[in-house]
Amino acid sequence: MTQRHIFARAAVIAALLLVRSTSADVLPDDRADVFYSKYSGGGMDITGYSATARAKITENFAVEANYFIDKVSGASIDVLSQASVIKDERRQKSGTIEYLRDKTTYTASYTSSVERDYISDTASFGLSQDMFGDLTTVTLGFSESHNTVGENNGTANDPNVAWIGHAISRAYSGGVSQILTKNFIAGVNLQVITDAGYLANPYRSIRYLDPSNPKGYSLGDQVYPDTHTSTAVQVQGKYYLPYRAAVTALYRYYNDTWGMVGNTYELDYTHPIRNRWIFEGRVRYYKQNAASFYSDLFPYADSQNFVARDQNLAAQDNTTVGGKVTYAFLPDGWKIFKRGTVTFDVSRIRFNYLDFRNIKYYGVPQYTPGTEPLYNFNANVFQVFLSVYF
Amino acid sequence: MRCRQMLLSGTVLGALVLSSGCSIQPWVKPYERDRLADPIMAWDRDAISSAYLDHIRESREGSRGATGGAGGGCGCN
Repeated sequence: MTQRHIFARAAVIAALLLVRSTSADVLPDDRADVFYSKYSGGGMDITGYSATARAKITENFAVEANYFIDKVSGASIDVLSQASVIKDERRQKSGTIEYLRDKTTYTASYTSSVERDYISDTASFGLSQDMFGDLTTVTLGFSESHNTVGENNGTANDPNVAWIGHAISRAYSGGVSQILTKNFIAGVNLQVITDAGYLANPYRSIRYLDPSNPKGYSLGDQVYPDTHTSTAVQVQGKYYLPYRAAVTALYRYYNDTWGMVGNTYELDYTHPIRNRWIFEGRVRYYKQNAASFYSDLFPYADSQNFVARDQNLAAQDNTTVGGKVTYAFLPDGWKIFKRGTVTFDVSRIRFNYLDFRNIKYYGVPQYTPGTEPLYNFNANVFQVFLSVYF
Repeated sequence: MRCRQMLLSGTVLGALVLSSGCSIQPWVKPYERDRLADPIMAWDRDAISSAYLDHIRESREGSRGATGGAGGGCGCN
């Protein structure tokens, strides 16, 4: 699929929603952000740094650039069970252009993400259209990613990466946001994603019963289908309370061609204090069943065509409790700056796996294969970012 | 056949709604939208932060999509 084809498709989608309009809208303010994040959990530490700048070139045309670095150290339980530790870095660059014409905003972006063992390039196109007296906003989007997947057969400090496959993903999305009353706005988003190519994670292995092995089992390669299609629908509502505060509720339903079904529920509460502070609290619950070809322990090697023991495909639930505080400074502006905000965001996530066992304890005599404790862990996510508007 | 008729009816209905869009009177007037314009009513105040949280979730959950955006990369390790 060439770039020309990507933009030709995007143009077709855009043509679907060219609606005559009569008055002008505006693009958001110019803005610059610096961002720091830290994830710790499940044996992994990921530190992220990001910088973003966005500027209007004219009243109708804006550009945005983002640079993001993730530094990973440690390794998840799957990798630990194979006795290797990972140290890696992901560098992601993206550029976006926005064009506003009457009540339609067109967006095109390109993202390039490079890790030592994974390269991803994504082109996206989207549009947003206000209609029906600006009570309704319709969005459409399309993106295509080309991914190259490798495996580091060396060590963390002396890598030896073998490139083992390619995958292409295409995402089609649509959404409607609707003002229902002067206090209530609701929305629905739909996204269908198709993947083709090498879709497995090379760092994760299956295990199967093997009486000849002293542990009682052996490890083998995962084999995934070459195609995957998923559908997700999210509905959400936001309500302005009788005092100055807002609640948001959302639900997402997910299913895919690998037999997985996921349900997500989230409730947020936002409470400002004067014009200086905004406090936000959130609770999120997620649950999924296992993929049809997932098993924690297969009866023997090559027992079925497709085999997986990736924790992402296991039955699991997780609960997130989080909070965010935003402080606004420079309320009257300073030189070229109109205002600024600093935000702290903390989340704690409890992951519970329902059919994925902790085999890090392999070799401990009291556990025979399939009786190890189920795996679970807590993760902490911390973010702090500074935003200035000009 | 029945599906085809339903699809046709839906298309005609959709076309009617779209073509009459300009004549629909907004039931929430522009001067009644001060609360909706409050920053606390924005769907997503901090897109970079949301994309980062989406990326973390998509690296650990089977579900993906329909949230508004996520970064690239695999988060494999």
